[in-house]
Amino acid sequence: MTDKMRKLLYHIYMGSFLFYLLVPLVIMSGAAFNNNKTPSVYPWKGFSSQWFVELWNDGTMWTSFGNTIWVALAVVAIAVPLGAAGAILINSISGWSRSFLYFFMVAPILAPGAVIGISTILFWNKLSVPVGLHLSVLGQVSYIASFVMLLVLARLQSFDQNLEEAALDLGASHNQVLRRILLPHLYPALGAGAAIAFFQSIENFNVTLFTRGTQNTLTVYVFSKVRSGITPSINALAFLLIAATLVAALIYEVRRRRAAALEAAREAEGRRAAEAEMV
Amino acid sequence: MGDLLKRYGGTLTGAFVLLTAFWLLMLIILPNLALFETSFRPYLPVAEMGGPRDVYSADNYVKFFESPGPMSVFGFEIAVPLRAQTFLYTVFYSVVVTVVAFAFSYPIAFYLAKVVSPKSVPTLILLLFIPLWVSEALRAFAWYIILTLNGPLNAALVGLGIMEKAVRWQQGVFTNYDAIVIGLVYNYILFMLFPIYNAMSSLDTNQIEAAQDLGAPWWKTHLRIVLPHSKPGIASGSVMVFMLAAGSLLVPTTLGSTRSNWFTQTIQQAMLESQDWNTGAAYSFLYLLLCTVVVFGVMRLFKVRLSDIAR
Repeated sequence: MTDKMRKLLYHIYMGSFLFYLLVPLVIMSGAAFNNNKTPSVYPWKGFSSQWFVELWNDGTMWTSFGNTIWVALAVVAIAVPLGAAGAILINSISGWSRSFLYFFMVAPILAPGAVIGISTILFWNKLSVPVGLHLSVLGQVSYIASFVMLLVLARLQSFDQNLEEAALDLGASHNQVLRRILLPHLYPALGAGAAIAFFQSIENFNVTLFTRGTQNTLTVYVFSKVRSGITPSINALAFLLIAATLVAALIYEVRRRRAAALEAAREAEGRRAAEAEMV
Repeated sequence: MGDLLKRYGGTLTGAFVLLTAFWLLMLIILPNLALFETSFRPYLPVAEMGGPRDVYSADNYVKFFESPGPMSVFGFEIAVPLRAQTFLYTVFYSVVVTVVAFAFSYPIAFYLAKVVSPKSVPTLILLLFIPLWVSEALRAFAWYIILTLNGPLNAALVGLGIMEKAVRWQQGVFTNYDAIVIGLVYNYILFMLFPIYNAMSSLDTNQIEAAQDLGAPWWKTHLRIVLPHSKPGIASGSVMVFMLAAGSLLVPTTLGSTRSNWFTQTIQQAMLESQDWNTGAAYSFLYLLLCTVVVFGVMRLFKVRLSDIAR
């Protein structure tokens, strides 16, 4: 087999892989516009926008949507400080105590969500705290803080501790050292951590299902809809989410390309200037 | 520790310690101890809690080994307790999902890392990420639509003459778990792809070229150079996909039938339908044990550390 043929095969495989990933989303979006009571693209019974109207008028959906956002914001507000504190602490110790703490901080990422949810309600039940979305927040924080911890820990590797010592020598207070030197260095990791925490929380199903009591979040609501009689209004919701994702991806891509083009132009400019100097 | 005190003083160090302690104790360690303790207690009405019948026993674990049913293992019919069967099927098909996800994503990872021009990699990765932004519930639902009896997959297969008539995928065609495996692979394949891609992109392309110049056939280059180099990524991806698949509740419930039970569904029935938290705790604990065994098994097998897996 020649190199060219192998490359062609690779391109074809990549193409079919993308097809495999994206076609289910296309089919799901298509079903949102089909004038058919059960969600399907086949047989096609004509174009309809009634499912969007139904979705708009669905009060439970809106409540669940609101709950999802509140839970996600609460998770960000708690998980980011916890994860960051854990990373700072673990970064300053070494030896067996470090491995020991590291194990407990990382283990929740690998634990099944259902078990996290169940252990959370059992523990807080012993303290007479009833189930509800507040427990969903705590359950989600237990493993989402681990992601934040890993991000902050990675960022701390590139931190120059001499800066802090210099500041202390020059008379800065401990608070100033934290606020003016450490935190600014950590901002990128904290920002990324907050974003990951937010989206992990929105996505979460397993922990929420066991801790939510009778309240709904969007994923749980979609799940219950899929189990009991489904109407294509769920597809309408899916279509809106996919459309939003696509728009965000498109904006990101355009900005990235523009930045790359700018970079290339600057490089070319630099080269020309260097050549001119040589002459 | 003394270092922290010197830099941030007593108050701030105290705050760091307190926050970490709250996280580790209140959210991780004590809840798991509560799970362990609850699993050894009987399921009693509220009035009898703390009474003479509220004593520790292993009864909840015994339930796991009750009510045997026939199960065929490599063609032999043997009697295995029903819940243990569910447990074994879950483990087996999660391994299947992991292997399939690896087989499909390895060439893609290699393509992204070494074949395609680096210029188009960011665009491709962005495209690959799109399904991840759509909720898991909806991704499972998409396959529910595709696999239904009157759905597009059957229509296409019959239309192309590959099959004579439509089949019920969710009831299982080859095994009872077809639809679940399809859905799980689709949902989690990217958690395999990205770790392998990350590991591969740190491989020096010169090594591949040297192997080729010295006359190694393409499969040998992969076996001796690319594969060993991507080992940490493969370990990380495999653990991730196995855990996600075995722990999934959405996909088996959405795509499964009455003939296919996933162990998370057994736990869910105990917890939420029978409201028997004690039995649910016992099953959860068994599950946690399984996960621990798998993680440490993979770490041993691939000779990697926990920090390589959790990234």
